[in-house]
Amino acid sequence: MLSRAAWSLMLRKGGRGRREMHSPEAPARGEGKMPPYANWYAQRSYPMPEEPFCTELSAEQQALKEKEKGSWTQLSHAEKVALYRLQYHQTFAEMNRRSNEWKTVMGCVFFFCGFTALLIWWQRVYVYPPKPITLTDEWKAQQLQRMLDMKVNPVHGLASHWDYEKKEWKK
Amino acid sequence: MASEVLAKPQMRGLLARRLRIHMVGAFLVSLGVAALYKFAVAEPRKKAYADFYKNYSPEKDFEEMKKAGIFRSIK
Repeated sequence: MLSRAAWSLMLRKGGRGRREMHSPEAPARGEGKMPPYANWYAQRSYPMPEEPFCTELSAEQQALKEKEKGSWTQLSHAEKVALYRLQYHQTFAEMNRRSNEWKTVMGCVFFFCGFTALLIWWQRVYVYPPKPITLTDEWKAQQLQRMLDMKVNPVHGLASHWDYEKKEWKK
Repeated sequence: MASEVLAKPQMRGLLARRLRIHMVGAFLVSLGVAALYKFAVAEPRKKAYADFYKNYSPEKDFEEMKKAGIFRSIK
């Protein structure tokens, strides 16, 4: 009955994790701290993380870091990009990308609204006592007649919409 | 990275310009809303009341209500 994806999500076996449901991205690391609690995590409101993204550097990357200590005009474009990628997890464009999460949120909101409607319907049928006498149709008709006789709000309100000669509502 | 040089953007006086524009705009908007309210709500309401009371006779009104039987002290 439940779809396989939802079931595996609940059991936490294989399949895509909760965080990856809405957007395609590289699989997140399983061990250690997860974002946003990892020290290299940045977001638009906190753009400068405490630590660089890559801390274990290969020999080639370490050589690049040494070269970075010199004049930056000697770095090629590819080297600058490599240094950026060592330091930061994502570019601003990647970090700020939109997702489809709103569809899931709205879907769940509407689903639970509908469920609540069913509960309220059941309550209306099985829990509510009978209507008080003042809410029956006969009483309400007599009440309206009395209000028209008293001419309540004759300028703009109820009695202004009633035609007293023809005894009907004004068109 | 661009090969041509971009024009230098406006660097100063940005807040002052924004305030000037919004000051004028706010003044006009509030004047407009007030005028709209006066002519769409207040004047018709005054006219409706004036028309109602032009040919209003309290005695006639009272007789109608008495005939309808809503009073408890007068039959």
